[in-house]
Amino acid sequence: MTAPLLDVRGLKVAARLGDRAHPILKEVSFQIMPGEAYGLVGESGSGKSVTSLAVMGLLKKPLRVAGGEILFKGQDLLQLSKREMRRLRGNRVAMIFQEPMTALNPLSTVGRQIAEMFVLHQGKGWDEAQRLAVDALASVRVPNPDRRARNFPHQMSGGLRQRVMIAMALACNPDLLIADEPTTALDVTVQAEVLRLIKELCAERGTAVLFISHDLGVIASTCQRVGVMYSGCLVEENETQALFGDPRHEYTRGLLGALPRLGSRSQHGRQRLVDIDSIISDRSKLTETRFIAPRAAEGGQP
Amino acid sequence: MLRFALRRNLQIVPTVIVVALLIFVIFSVVPGSFAASLFADGKRAADPQMMARLTQELGLDKPLMERFVTYVTDLARFDLGTSFRTRQPVIDLINDRMWASLQLAIAAMVFAVLVGVPLGFLAALRPGSVLDTVTMIGAVSGLSMPQFWLGLLMMYVFALQLNWLPSFGYGDGSLQNLILPAVTLGVTPLALLARTTRAGVLDVLNADFIRTAHSKGMSEAKVVRWHVARNALVLIVTTVGLQFGSLIGQAVVIEKLFAWPGIGSLLVDSVAIRDIPVVQGTILVIVLWFLIINTAVDLIYAAIDPRIKQE
Ligand SMILES: Nc1ncnc2c1ncn2[C@@H]1O[C@H](COP(=O)(O)OP(=O)(O)OP(=O)(O)O)[C@@H](O)[C@H]1O
Ligand SMILES: [Mg+2]
Repeated sequence: MTAPLLDVRGLKVAARLGDRAHPILKEVSFQIMPGEAYGLVGESGSGKSVTSLAVMGLLKKPLRVAGGEILFKGQDLLQLSKREMRRLRGNRVAMIFQEPMTALNPLSTVGRQIAEMFVLHQGKGWDEAQRLAVDALASVRVPNPDRRARNFPHQMSGGLRQRVMIAMALACNPDLLIADEPTTALDVTVQAEVLRLIKELCAERGTAVLFISHDLGVIASTCQRVGVMYSGCLVEENETQALFGDPRHEYTRGLLGALPRLGSRSQHGRQRLVDIDSIISDRSKLTETRFIAPRAAEGGQP
Repeated sequence: MLRFALRRNLQIVPTVIVVALLIFVIFSVVPGSFAASLFADGKRAADPQMMARLTQELGLDKPLMERFVTYVTDLARFDLGTSFRTRQPVIDLINDRMWASLQLAIAAMVFAVLVGVPLGFLAALRPGSVLDTVTMIGAVSGLSMPQFWLGLLMMYVFALQLNWLPSFGYGDGSLQNLILPAVTLGVTPLALLARTTRAGVLDVLNADFIRTAHSKGMSEAKVVRWHVARNALVLIVTTVGLQFGSLIGQAVVIEKLFAWPGIGSLLVDSVAIRDIPVVQGTILVIVLWFLIINTAVDLIYAAIDPRIKQE
């Protein structure tokens, strides 16, 4: 049994507004093994982004961690100093964000923005860092990486910019890549390419991925295990196949039931889209039950 | 970049021509004449004979069209005409005052930028801090304080009480004479700059790419130096440009108060006595100043922001 790369235990995050603290994450626990792709799904506002930002140590006021542990390679990230956390961030744990249009600095060449990673974490000089940035662009299969490195973000398409983000995130060969809806803002054909790229690169390098998405199809094709979030809680977790085949939690069943299906049409030639609230009975009870499947690799230990 | 600069500079020419025409038209239709203002003391009507002679002497009896042609052809030769009052070439009058005006405007702006921008920056980096609160209260006070009152206060404190600086006059361009008027004139742009810088930096700090920068493991200082500064500069340059342009006009009060021989007071004095050639010339020069500043701002933009050159 290998030790998990990331072990989030009972993570709680609260928003402090005035003198009251509103719970945002109530109870989030999950583990990611080295090299594993772990998916996080759940409706908008369920706390997926907050979870990922908490792991990165990037929560901004009024949000702050109110309890729990985030163990990365056995070390609690919440106990690290700002300086130690900075050395880890980008270097061992990197992140890709949803909006490729605004996630890059418009006034700086993409080459320079990638090069920053090598300067920050590998102590390279700018010249060498720029050369490495070109290599990084080549590794995410950007054509003409030499010329592209000198481009500004506005000269690139959304798909290319997201590749730049991936090149940047993977520049220092992190152990964990957090991808928060990395393809939501892209059009469908580009989505598939970018997804495949993330999948292949991470598999090649043995990088573990925390993959966040609304899109269950994307998760199914990318991740080995899935966690389902609802209202600040991780309510169900299982192997991807098992979860999709046999959803245990009422919310997961609702989520899957609300998926439109190709080929299943009613006699009127149209498919009725099912509202999730017509499947689940009572939202207020949803967070009371948990279905966390024991991992096979752990020999049945919960 | 060079082509952009060239094109942007060439755009000045048609603007200047249009402005020159407008000025001429406006001052041919305004009521009142130099001759009348010279003789009228408000009690008796002016001597018609004298008026006629003066009018003829100044060429004001010629038809409008003819005067216009003369004005334009002279202008093409950089001849701005002759002052009605002093009978000196307008260009010489302006020349005498221009340098003092530029000195005052530039000194005021340098002061405003050197103090206002860092204050706004620091305030934005620590919102809600003592420095932030003090800066913003200071900025509001600076904006709402009448300039002449502030000028008087400065005179009283630094010239009369402390006796550190001369209270008025050009003093052959000595730095000491420049300080009080420049600081007084600089307070408004300083306050504005502090506020826009703060707002601009706060805006940039909220941008997605700043979150990206943090996610790379950058220290706060590097985030500011590598990603915030340049982006905030765009707004700062705009404000500096706008303020710089209007500074010469704003300077009138300060020029009067500190007996500073600038172009603003020349304009106001000339308007009062309907010395049309001087008024026309001065306005033209001020407009030219505006255009040059605007062009400079555009060029700086293009240098900062790669998206602009493309258009
Ligand atoms: N700065 C904040 N202050 C207060 N509440 C916040 C803040 N940021 C997020 N929240 C709350 O935290 C909850 C979780 O937000 P989060 O962004 O993690 O959702 P999400 O699952 O990523 O949704 P989406 O799919 O829309 O991205 C939401 O209810 C949101 O209102
Ligand atoms: Mg989100």
